[in-house]
Amino acid sequence: MKGDKDTGMHKLNMTAIGESALLVEFGNHIGEQVHEWVQAAAARLETDPFPGYLECVPSFTTLTVYYDLLQVKNAEGNGTAFDYVSSLIGKRFESIVADGTRPREVVEIPVCYGGEYGPDLAYVAEVNGLDEKEVIHIHTSRELLVYALGFAPGFPYLGGLPDGISAPRRATPRLCIPAGSVGIAGSQTGIYPLETPGGWQIIGRTPLALFQPEQDPPVLLKSGQYIRFKVIDPSEYERLAGGSR
Amino acid sequence: MSMEVVKPGLLTTVQDLGRKGYAKYGIPKTGAMDGYAHRLANWLVGNHACEAALEITWSGFSVRFNRDMLVAITGANLAPVCGRIAVPMWRPVWFRAGSELSFKRPVSGCRAYLAAAGGLDVPQVMGSRSTYLRAKVGGLHGRSLQAGDMIPVKLTRHADKPLFVGAANSASEVFCAPAWSAAPRDGYGGTDMVVRVTRGREYGDFREEAIQRLIAESYRVQPDSDRMGYRLSGPPLLLETQREYISEGVADGTVQVPADGQPIILMADRQTLGGYPKIAQVISVDLPLVAQLPPGGSIRFREVSIAEAERLYCEAARELRLLRRMINYKLKED
Repeated sequence: MKGDKDTGMHKLNMTAIGESALLVEFGNHIGEQVHEWVQAAAARLETDPFPGYLECVPSFTTLTVYYDLLQVKNAEGNGTAFDYVSSLIGKRFESIVADGTRPREVVEIPVCYGGEYGPDLAYVAEVNGLDEKEVIHIHTSRELLVYALGFAPGFPYLGGLPDGISAPRRATPRLCIPAGSVGIAGSQTGIYPLETPGGWQIIGRTPLALFQPEQDPPVLLKSGQYIRFKVIDPSEYERLAGGSR
Repeated sequence: MSMEVVKPGLLTTVQDLGRKGYAKYGIPKTGAMDGYAHRLANWLVGNHACEAALEITWSGFSVRFNRDMLVAITGANLAPVCGRIAVPMWRPVWFRAGSELSFKRPVSGCRAYLAAAGGLDVPQVMGSRSTYLRAKVGGLHGRSLQAGDMIPVKLTRHADKPLFVGAANSASEVFCAPAWSAAPRDGYGGTDMVVRVTRGREYGDFREEAIQRLIAESYRVQPDSDRMGYRLSGPPLLLETQREYISEGVADGTVQVPADGQPIILMADRQTLGGYPKIAQVISVDLPLVAQLPPGGSIRFREVSIAEAERLYCEAARELRLLRRMINYKLKED
């Protein structure tokens, strides 16, 4: 069920996700170089789709490709459609390049940390042997790459979080987390655009709207941008939240 | 305005076949949970499969038709009645203006589909009429239906089909239906529903015992299951080594397992990326069966190969094409 394609640069591992999707793995660690390849591959499929291609979803180290099995089946010969699509994708990815020279676009995200806005801040501090202020300082100290949008509309998956404030996901996901909540899961951090269930440790909340369905595109952030978190106090949060809603 | 909601029931939403092309923004596909029943409901009233219909969950929904209307009910048998007369399912039904259709109690399955000739006339949001409840977009005002809601239905030439015009003029009944029906899909919501799966990407990361349990044991549907995911409970499925995974794309029917070992089947309103290990993937043709399982229902998984999953998918598509041709033939004949 796995097909390997060598791009010359690195080996691509492809895995079937049922009978209508497959996942291409560009590496097994989170890094900006691997992500450049993911973005380049997504761009290649968007400009040069194979027959039956529906859409693709980039993430940290992988690109998931969705296809219409019936259209693929019309074109393929022997073997599985998965093998056939794998070979089509492998050929397209032979010629992609990722030169890492694009300019950096930074979006500032105001966050009110701790208290009712960040119920897990104390837990994140405790598992890392820090106090809450140190966690906040580290969380706002870097520009973080938006690797992917997913989980919910406009939810940014961010990389580059320093190891010092990582924390495991909750063993059982919470059934309801408020919109704007900023969370940590392992070495990832992100922002919930909607009220939703989820298993991340919540350390703060932003008043910005990350998802606006009437806009085109309907999301605030794009993968490939950088964001920087900025501390605001509860009164600033209320002022910004009131102003944007 | 064409249909008035008298009672909203437990949960009734407008759904079509879902949003496509927005997954990269993290926008879920949504759409009908039982895509098979949804398609058939549309075909039975002469619509394209992509038209919006009502997804009626569990019981208590009731609607009044404000003009003569051609309607089909498919999916779960929620004991539909008009007056005190049972309304037949899986076939076109002509309702006279003023008649009221009510769903009394679940007999089998838990989601019924009601399509009207022409399709429900609500605006498209991001290319679809489907309601996405968590984001409050699509469908009727982005929410489930409430008493007093007026649901517009497009006008269509199917409304002047000879059989129904004749019946509507002569019959004293409030509704009438032809003697034929499309074959209903049986076995909705039974106990120990067999659901076929292919291996998930992290299948090999689970303990041998977990792999055996997945196939040998039965898993029960929890009450907090919804359109986003079916939460199951049963013997825990544990990893060989506990670790964090990097979030990546998932699909309808992906079976992911949080650290507590209780599997979750991702459904129509699922997130676009997931970070829990994936032990299995429910094959597309069996997903409607999962969607019809009520809380307390139980599932047994059976493994098939990717080649077999592809074959079953193509076979089901062939059967659907044939079914559609027969329905179209019958609609013309009538």
